[in-house]
Amino acid sequence: MSEEVTGAQSLVKSLEQAGVDVMFGIPGGAILPAYDPIFDSKIRHILVRHEQGAGHAATGYAQATGRVGVCIATSGPGATNLVTPLADAQMDSVPIVAITGQVSSGAIGTDAFQEADIRGITMPVTKHNFLVTDPKDIPRAIAEAFHIASTGRPGAVLVDIAKDALQLNTTFDYPREVMLAGYNPVMNPASEALRDAAALIAQSSAPVLYVGGGVIKANAHRELMELAELTGAPVVTTLMALGSFPDSHPQHLGMPGMHGTVAAVTALQKSDLLITLGARFDDRVTGKLSSFAPNAKVIHADIDPAEIGKNRRVDVALLGDLKNSIKGLIPELKAVFTKSKPDLSGWWSTVNQWREQFPLGFDEPTDGSLSPQYVIQRLGQIAGPDALYVAGVGQHQMWSSQFINYEKPRTWLNSGGLGTMGYAVPAAMGAKVGAPDKVVWAIDGDGCFQMTNQELVTCALNNIPIKVAIINNESLGMVRQWQTLFYNQRYSNTELHSKRIPDFAKLGEAMGCVGLRAERKEDVDRVINEAMAINDRPVVVDFSVHRDAMVWPMVAAGASNDLITVARSMAPVWDSQEL
Amino acid sequence: MSQNHTLSVLVENSPGVLARVASLFSRRGYNIDSLAVGPTENPDISRMTIVIDVDGHALEQVIAQLDKLINVISITQLNPVTSVQRELLLVKVSTTPENRSQVLETVQLFRAKVVDVAQDAVTIEATGNAEKIQALLRVLEPYGIKELVQSGLVAMERGLRLTEKFI
Repeated sequence: MSEEVTGAQSLVKSLEQAGVDVMFGIPGGAILPAYDPIFDSKIRHILVRHEQGAGHAATGYAQATGRVGVCIATSGPGATNLVTPLADAQMDSVPIVAITGQVSSGAIGTDAFQEADIRGITMPVTKHNFLVTDPKDIPRAIAEAFHIASTGRPGAVLVDIAKDALQLNTTFDYPREVMLAGYNPVMNPASEALRDAAALIAQSSAPVLYVGGGVIKANAHRELMELAELTGAPVVTTLMALGSFPDSHPQHLGMPGMHGTVAAVTALQKSDLLITLGARFDDRVTGKLSSFAPNAKVIHADIDPAEIGKNRRVDVALLGDLKNSIKGLIPELKAVFTKSKPDLSGWWSTVNQWREQFPLGFDEPTDGSLSPQYVIQRLGQIAGPDALYVAGVGQHQMWSSQFINYEKPRTWLNSGGLGTMGYAVPAAMGAKVGAPDKVVWAIDGDGCFQMTNQELVTCALNNIPIKVAIINNESLGMVRQWQTLFYNQRYSNTELHSKRIPDFAKLGEAMGCVGLRAERKEDVDRVINEAMAINDRPVVVDFSVHRDAMVWPMVAAGASNDLITVARSMAPVWDSQEL
Repeated sequence: MSQNHTLSVLVENSPGVLARVASLFSRRGYNIDSLAVGPTENPDISRMTIVIDVDGHALEQVIAQLDKLINVISITQLNPVTSVQRELLLVKVSTTPENRSQVLETVQLFRAKVVDVAQDAVTIEATGNAEKIQALLRVLEPYGIKELVQSGLVAMERGLRLTEKFI
């Protein structure tokens, strides 16, 4: 059944057909025809203050809900402002679709006003993109965009639509199914591979479940729990996987990587088998790749064939949807375990020594100023495991990964791969729109916050009551930490002077939020509770914290994970037999 | 060990496909030795023949990353022994009345063709695999190569086997 509509109406009807309930965007010349039918649509459009905010909001929405996030912008600068969030979403495999207006087809290539080749620009940072110049192609492009974004390894897709394609008349005919000759994600792992994986696990005396963000994308946390308890192996969850396995579970060693726990980092190093689930051997996890887990065999379960063997040679590849892979592995394991189940008690006693000897911790500043780790720890304890925590990038992000306990998937949102400062406020906005009944805390640095805080205006005007904790150390803290450690304390351009300029509490008030401040330890609980009690407006809390606090443990960039330091110049002393 | 590999890639015949492939190679740091793009018997599908110089591990990555491009339909690695591989060469060689006959003899030996003759130069057309083209150029070089143009490599499976099946 097809009906006569404009291209713009066809676009909006297609978005409705794709199941879109909300989109974040800003109108402009080339996309203007689309905004007329948007005015009448049941799709909620949230008018943001900067296109980057729209993109990160779509990402936050997608990460919180598992559904495709949508952002929309005009041509030229509107579209180029989406480049960062597209790259960000693509790196973290988050399903978002960006719609951009393009100049009229006849003007493409003439350097017209607000023309930018956004398809060309975003090719390397999207899973796929489209340029539509014929209105009849709009429904198919939208259907394909949502299909590509949400299936296989999820990612970012951009649909660029020429203005005349939006204005011309066409017929609306939404495809019932999407068939793409060059796109058929493998969903089920080979049964021989499952058997081989089970055999490797049965032979391993020092296995580790190395869990990545793919477990959350595949909604496979229940299957992961079953697999973990079946194997009895230690579990480490990467930055993207926090919440996929409860922090409180006795098998959980914490996060591996540059700022991971000593137990998690070292367990991977000393392991004889990495059971890798939806993780990608990122350099922030492996440290110096050639010295990473040198004695481990590798099982790698992933839906993306290009991840298998990209950074680390694998012994068994389980190519397919992670949920199916784990589900398939469990009965194979049960079968081999009836014959022989490895005794992991020796491995656990070693692992537990690392845990006991090197727990996560922090020192309180001696000058009576506020410890950033303490603020974040209390925030997690008061808001609890049902709240969503959305971090920016830097020290506060690492402390949030370390000192908040994550018990459930989709409660920890952050920019892991791209490391996008400015992610937190707009992503928290999108998360709150997707999960309006949840408490959403953005935990941001004073540097990050000054990049995208304008979206608090959007939050205040659209009844999106997020809470923002600014961990204000008056500096670009992580960069400053590296200057302390590697550049002789020469603090080149990392001082932000943001104790009072800007006055974050007043700035929050000016944007229609409640502004609060805490400067001493005894203020912390009171202020967090005060913020928790406000549900009709966004809240901004300026936590003025000690500026010299550092993130520990740490593996220096490019160094071997064997060289993890628990504090400045303090490497763990290993018993000789452990090395 | 790094060596040349020939990939025969079927792609959707849609705008931007070449840019996507080229952008992928440049982003991932792989060098393309030669690239030839042309139509197939199906007007909706084009074939790219890509020669790359990488080691075996990198080759697997190239194939896996290429395969992720939505417009890439299939990728076949062609073995030089079981496939026919050809390049086209046009080369303009300096000649004198004294050595012209020697040049023409070389052309015959290599089953090449003279396609243009001027007073002090001949233009030669040759097809063949990379080794033959290189050998011809080595022999012609002492005469003075004024200009040369070379196509990318195109290749096809020998015998009845089809390089790729597609609908």
